[in-house]
Amino acid sequence: MVVPRFWRERRYRYSLIGTRCPVCGTVYFPPRNVCPKCGRESVGKMEEFQLSGKGEVYSYTVVHQNVLGYKYQKPYVMAIVQTPEGPRITGQIVDIDPEEVHIGMPVRAVFRRIAEDGKAGIIQYGYKFVKDE
Amino acid sequence: MVGIVTYGSYVPLYRIKTAEIARIWGDEPSHPEKGLGIKSKTVPAYDEDAATIAVEALRNALRRKNIPGERIGAIFVGSESHPYAVKPTASLIAEVVGAYNAHAADLEFACKAGTAAMQNVYAMVKAGMIDYGIAIGTDTSQGQPGDALDYSASAGGTAYIIGKDEVIAEINHTISFVTDTPDFWRREGQRYPSHGGRFTGEPAYFKHVMTAAKRLMEEMGTGPKDYDYAVFHQPNGKFPLRVGKRLGFTKEQIEQGLLTPYIGNTYSGATPTGLSAVLDVAKPGDRIIAVSFGSGAGSDAFDITVTDEIEKFNRDAAPKIWDQIKRAKYIDYAQYLKFRRMIVEVD
Repeated sequence: MVVPRFWRERRYRYSLIGTRCPVCGTVYFPPRNVCPKCGRESVGKMEEFQLSGKGEVYSYTVVHQNVLGYKYQKPYVMAIVQTPEGPRITGQIVDIDPEEVHIGMPVRAVFRRIAEDGKAGIIQYGYKFVKDE
Repeated sequence: MVGIVTYGSYVPLYRIKTAEIARIWGDEPSHPEKGLGIKSKTVPAYDEDAATIAVEALRNALRRKNIPGERIGAIFVGSESHPYAVKPTASLIAEVVGAYNAHAADLEFACKAGTAAMQNVYAMVKAGMIDYGIAIGTDTSQGQPGDALDYSASAGGTAYIIGKDEVIAEINHTISFVTDTPDFWRREGQRYPSHGGRFTGEPAYFKHVMTAAKRLMEEMGTGPKDYDYAVFHQPNGKFPLRVGKRLGFTKEQIEQGLLTPYIGNTYSGATPTGLSAVLDVAKPGDRIIAVSFGSGAGSDAFDITVTDEIEKFNRDAAPKIWDQIKRAKYIDYAQYLKFRRMIVEVD
């Protein structure tokens, strides 16, 4: 990812900040500038919305492939997390053996390294999830 | 009154037993525990570093008491393992909490950068420059594989928010002692630190911790019996007990804040995290002495009194440090090398 794109998205990635449509109340993550349900009515009115970081596993998969940058973490778990605020968020589940993960498992967001641009490039930080105990 | 408004600690889930490290390097497996008083140490996961540990510790502090980012006037992050050589960790912290008007800087002073951060924030609050400031000690330290430090260098951190309102622990006084003592160092570009072996004991750790502790007590007119708890820098499980004994403190005063036997030496995180273990159980009126040590070499000493405010403070909103210590996933030395990026690959 190029530096400016990462920089633009840093607040959402660090702190799970999405947007909420003040017309219908729908919460979006990643943030949207326009609510697809309310269209023109929502233009210029979308509010920033802080997600709690809590959720539960809606679905998941275990990745065994040697994806670039994830060689040292495989097999790793990627999940779709259903948040109580509404949005479903895709994220990695860490600090867990893949066989322990199950649908409905409560999770919470943590702050981790997501990727690094080689040995000399920037380190990208953001949210991942751990089992909420 | 200036003091701690909230605090939070974080240690990684992964651990390696010192007996496992000894097995690889041909040492007697029981020796590290007997000689250094360390049973196991924390290992950061592959995607953790001093910055992620700092954020987790700070978020635990904010769970206990939320201080809005716009009220934070300073951020100091003490570490000897900042993820970047050039680019501050403190600016990342500012972004995470939305503290865009904060004075932010990274500090480095071997194992005492965390307490140096606390002193800086304390001074700015006391001077009336800021309402609240964040002080963090965090590290993911590494020893040369097979070196004595391989048994102790670990990962963890603690964040304090210091202010003058709703203070749960008043900082009565703080002093420092510093000399140019090369007991431990890492030259630019070197991956692992070097140290002076036994030289790290008497002229370094013991001289600085004892001088700082004695002068603090002298200036406060106190003695060891006046304190309910004592926290000393803990590079291993033995030094804090030995220095405490020499100063006249009992094992009972030290035990609650002595974490190294289970998590290793968290460097800049060590004294701040030991102090957080005491705050996890302290009652109003309890008095604490905390003395850090950083190689190179210096000590910061604190005299702290827990206030009535701690009764209203929501300590249970974040996991206490001894509960985090009990939650552990043990790994072997090969996994440890993988997590710590010590496997050499051909590019």
